[in-house]
Amino acid sequence: MEPILEVKHLHKNFKDFFLRDINFTLEKGFIMGFIGPNGSGKSTTIKLIMNLLRKDGGQIKLFGKDHITHEQEVKNRIGFVYEGNHFYDELTVTDMKRVIAPHYMNWDDPVFYKYVERFNLPHDKKIKDLSKGMRMKFSLAIALSHHAQLLIMDEPTSGLDPVIRYELLEIFSEFIQDENRSIFFSTHITTDLEKIADYITFIHDGKILFSQSKDDILDHYGLVKGKNELIDDDVKKMFVGIKQNRFGFEGLVINRTNAVKTFGDSVVIEKPTLEDIMVFYTRGNES
Amino acid sequence: MHIIISNTSQVPIYEQIVNQMKNLIMNGELEASQPLPSIRNLAKELHISVITTKRAYDELEKEGFIVTMPGKGSFVAAQNTELLREKRMKFVEDKLCEAIQAGKSIHLSLEELTEMLNLLYEEDN
Repeated sequence: MEPILEVKHLHKNFKDFFLRDINFTLEKGFIMGFIGPNGSGKSTTIKLIMNLLRKDGGQIKLFGKDHITHEQEVKNRIGFVYEGNHFYDELTVTDMKRVIAPHYMNWDDPVFYKYVERFNLPHDKKIKDLSKGMRMKFSLAIALSHHAQLLIMDEPTSGLDPVIRYELLEIFSEFIQDENRSIFFSTHITTDLEKIADYITFIHDGKILFSQSKDDILDHYGLVKGKNELIDDDVKKMFVGIKQNRFGFEGLVINRTNAVKTFGDSVVIEKPTLEDIMVFYTRGNES
Repeated sequence: MHIIISNTSQVPIYEQIVNQMKNLIMNGELEASQPLPSIRNLAKELHISVITTKRAYDELEKEGFIVTMPGKGSFVAAQNTELLREKRMKFVEDKLCEAIQAGKSIHLSLEELTEMLNLLYEEDN
């Protein structure tokens, strides 16, 4: 089956930062979370996919088609939501919709109004008077109203309260009830992903550290806690990252089963959260 | 049909689903040929990923508890209750063997083990 999103050997050079050999694939019917610390290249990657930035190398395919030669066609099939969406502040919800709708071939007004109603969006309120959560819901209503098959979102849940985030996650699961649709979104709120993501792609410092199924990640990695006496230079190599203080150490291992074999009962081994994984990979070895 | 997912448990989520569905099937709450929710629907309801529910259904299918028909969905398999009970018995036997091994390793006698079993069985009631 043709992947819905395929990124191969993607490169982008800036003066002080570059993306190196970015590779990942998203199949139809799944949700992929894109995580990484601030400044690691998440937004840049998303902008490259949307061709808002010019890539310096590599290939991006959407629905099996090149994202530049088929730009118009593929963009009609994508719902795009990004941080601080650029709407006209002075327009009302309905007027803004009138500006945007003609750009999409499959725009569906009834669907839009269905979402407006569901989200309790006030038709006649100006964009600038909407709360942050409302603005995000408006962006989402726009993104969902032209029968998109792929939702690409940059930090859709950031800055929103847990209640609204929960609501958004519900809408995301609803979206993929149709198994031909997928969602790709960046976030640093990893608890959202722990719930619904099928795949996690982790970017750090312009490089992909891993891109695999969330269950595999959470089933295999282990968070090991124990006494400092157990740690020497050889043992340290087992860890992706390790934190030590006066009372003991805490470290992340890729293979939990191996850690159990090595340390036995002398340590506590827990299932890490995605946040643990992100922190330990990013910080590496620190004492 | 009740399924309760614990996010803090060390048991993987797919396994939690498998175990609970098995119990529902074995105690008759889910009947043979009863349709099950689709993997996408179950994922949505439980707020978990599609891959997780898919893995759970794959596992249940492999063990013969459910059947999946392409395009039609998943159903509870026609169960041979004798066979199910047999499987469960085997499971209990295995667990008991483990306990016996553990007991032998610290030289527990059969009497001591039996006494322990009696005590625990009473306590559980």
